[in-house]
Amino acid sequence: MSDIANHPGGSFYRTENIPQSPPPVSTVGVLGWMRQNLFSSPFNTALTLLTLYLLYLVVPPLFQWAFIDSLLEGESNKDCRGIAGACWVLVPKRFGQYIYGFYPEPERWRVNLTFILFCLNLLPVLSDRVPGRTFAALFLVFGFPVVAFVLLHGAFGLEVVPTHKWGGLTLTLVFASVAILFSLPIGILLALGRRSEMPVIRTICIAFIELWRAVPLITVLFMASFVLPLFTPEGVNANELLRALIGFIMFASAYMAEVVRGGLQALPKGQTEAAQALGLNYWKSMQLIILPQALKIVIPGIVNTFIALFKDTALVSIIGLFDLLLVARSAVTDPKWLGLEHESYIFAAVIYFVFCFSMSRYSLWLERKLDTGHRT
Amino acid sequence: MSEPIIRIEGMNKWFGQFHVLRDIDLTVNRAERIVICGPSGSGKSTLIRCINRLEEHQKGTIVVEGIELTGDLKQIDNVRREVGMVFQQFNLFPHLTVLENCTLAPIWVRRTPRAEAEELAMEYLTRVKIPEQALKYPGQLSGGQQQRVAIARSLCMRPKIMLFDEPTSALDPEMIKEVLDVMVELAETEMTMLVVTHEMGFARQVAHRVIFMDEGQIVEQNEPEEFFYNPKSDRTKLFLSQILSH
Ligand SMILES: Nc1ncnc2c1ncn2[C@@H]1O[C@H](COP(=O)(O)OP(=O)(O)O)[C@@H](O)[C@H]1O
Ligand SMILES: [Mg+2]
Repeated sequence: MSDIANHPGGSFYRTENIPQSPPPVSTVGVLGWMRQNLFSSPFNTALTLLTLYLLYLVVPPLFQWAFIDSLLEGESNKDCRGIAGACWVLVPKRFGQYIYGFYPEPERWRVNLTFILFCLNLLPVLSDRVPGRTFAALFLVFGFPVVAFVLLHGAFGLEVVPTHKWGGLTLTLVFASVAILFSLPIGILLALGRRSEMPVIRTICIAFIELWRAVPLITVLFMASFVLPLFTPEGVNANELLRALIGFIMFASAYMAEVVRGGLQALPKGQTEAAQALGLNYWKSMQLIILPQALKIVIPGIVNTFIALFKDTALVSIIGLFDLLLVARSAVTDPKWLGLEHESYIFAAVIYFVFCFSMSRYSLWLERKLDTGHRT
Repeated sequence: MSEPIIRIEGMNKWFGQFHVLRDIDLTVNRAERIVICGPSGSGKSTLIRCINRLEEHQKGTIVVEGIELTGDLKQIDNVRREVGMVFQQFNLFPHLTVLENCTLAPIWVRRTPRAEAEELAMEYLTRVKIPEQALKYPGQLSGGQQQRVAIARSLCMRPKIMLFDEPTSALDPEMIKEVLDVMVELAETEMTMLVVTHEMGFARQVAHRVIFMDEGQIVEQNEPEEFFYNPKSDRTKLFLSQILSH
């Protein structure tokens, strides 16, 4: 204190700088974290203890049921007598159906191959460690569906497997990925159209979006499945799966459009103006300036829609498409597996969870990676 | 006298019912530097934004570099290539690095090869004295640095005309000078400049002509010395007394 000429109530001046020092120990490290986040106040402490108690009540018995007292191998529900926990016996026995539906066994390698190719195509789109993102993304939308169709449906000498034999996780993934793949670009175009200065385009886009959003998805699926065939001319008998898929894509695009529009509106007008002033035309400024930023802002919303779409595919079971949920449901109507509903549905739920949770984690990772700190 | 680089005749503009620009006549010669001032809401921004068609005028003619601004999109694109603009809010692209901000338009509009565009960008970033920031993102820079990047970004398109809309108004006081210094150096390159600003020191040092606007009209224009020491109109006198008193 002696270096500061300090007169109480009077003027003072500083002659020496206060050096930087580390923060108090109680705020750093694991203990510091726990103190700040779990025990920061009496109320918070009570909540923490209550949560621990609830976890103690729920988790050990669940674990016991699923993994300790359970049975994995067996021939039918008769083997489940005397088993206190989960009786998973139908899962390994019916595994093929959960994954492939009624896709003929000798041809199932085609499904696996399609899945592997899909992942390979997706890799450069999702990660920038692998080169060729633009090409991969374009191929995913314009090329891959053809490849997938040839492989899954069959052509050029491959035995034809009609779509009503597709099922299980395969059908769910086909539905979800096609809907996701197409709804994003269509949604972007609709969102741009809705903000267009040309009244005709704007009106069409608004009408399209509002129409599809105002109808429940289940109605769309019913219409596509039962009503549409009444209006199509004789002979033009579009495939049932395709009809449902198109309805699903339209519905998804309308939602996606509104998510994207939210991002477009969040951008300051100056971004468009700066792009224009530099001489970029409309499409270039959208592609290079506006969309990269707008889409980044709405990543959580986009992925949220993707996840919702993925789970909404379960609705196609109502129009008789044999997706993962319908497999899970019909498996337990077999007298052999009667009474194993819990196990069947839980297994399906775990599959849904794995996919949806991965999408959610990817979105968080992407958000962090794209954060260039412009909010500072 | 050669043909003026900008010729505005009988230009009028409305926002809905609001008559924001009224009978504007203005010719700008090559390498001329003009400072535009006037009270807030007098139409200064709107006037210079009409020159690169960020705003559309409804009556009269605007000819830039021999190209008349009409609804023709091709003409508009051609004009925008020749005209650079610096905004009050910088409007850098936050998802791109400083270097990418500068190379974007040359690559995509002028089709300059990337390597050449980067070389050009580094040259201009050096001119605005921040070459070492090239790989940072705009969000990591101070306001003054961002505005200098914005100037460099415009210059990379090698424009013939530069428009500035209150380039220092959003800056903290200690950063105003670094931006003005860059603009003064730019003035020495014989660039045609239209600058909306209330920095009177800059106007005196750099401008050939000062234009005073009020209520959508050009009220007075003169050489800087005459304008500041011998204003003719009462409105100019009132305005000058207000901005010079603090
Ligand atoms: N897009 C717009 N729509 C309606 N009114 C506007 C718009 N832009 C500016 N104005 C109005 O036009 C007038 C002139 O604006 P502006 O040119 O920005 O003035 P200055 O730059 O001189 O402050 C102001 O009254 C402003 O409110
Ligand atoms: Mg203004």
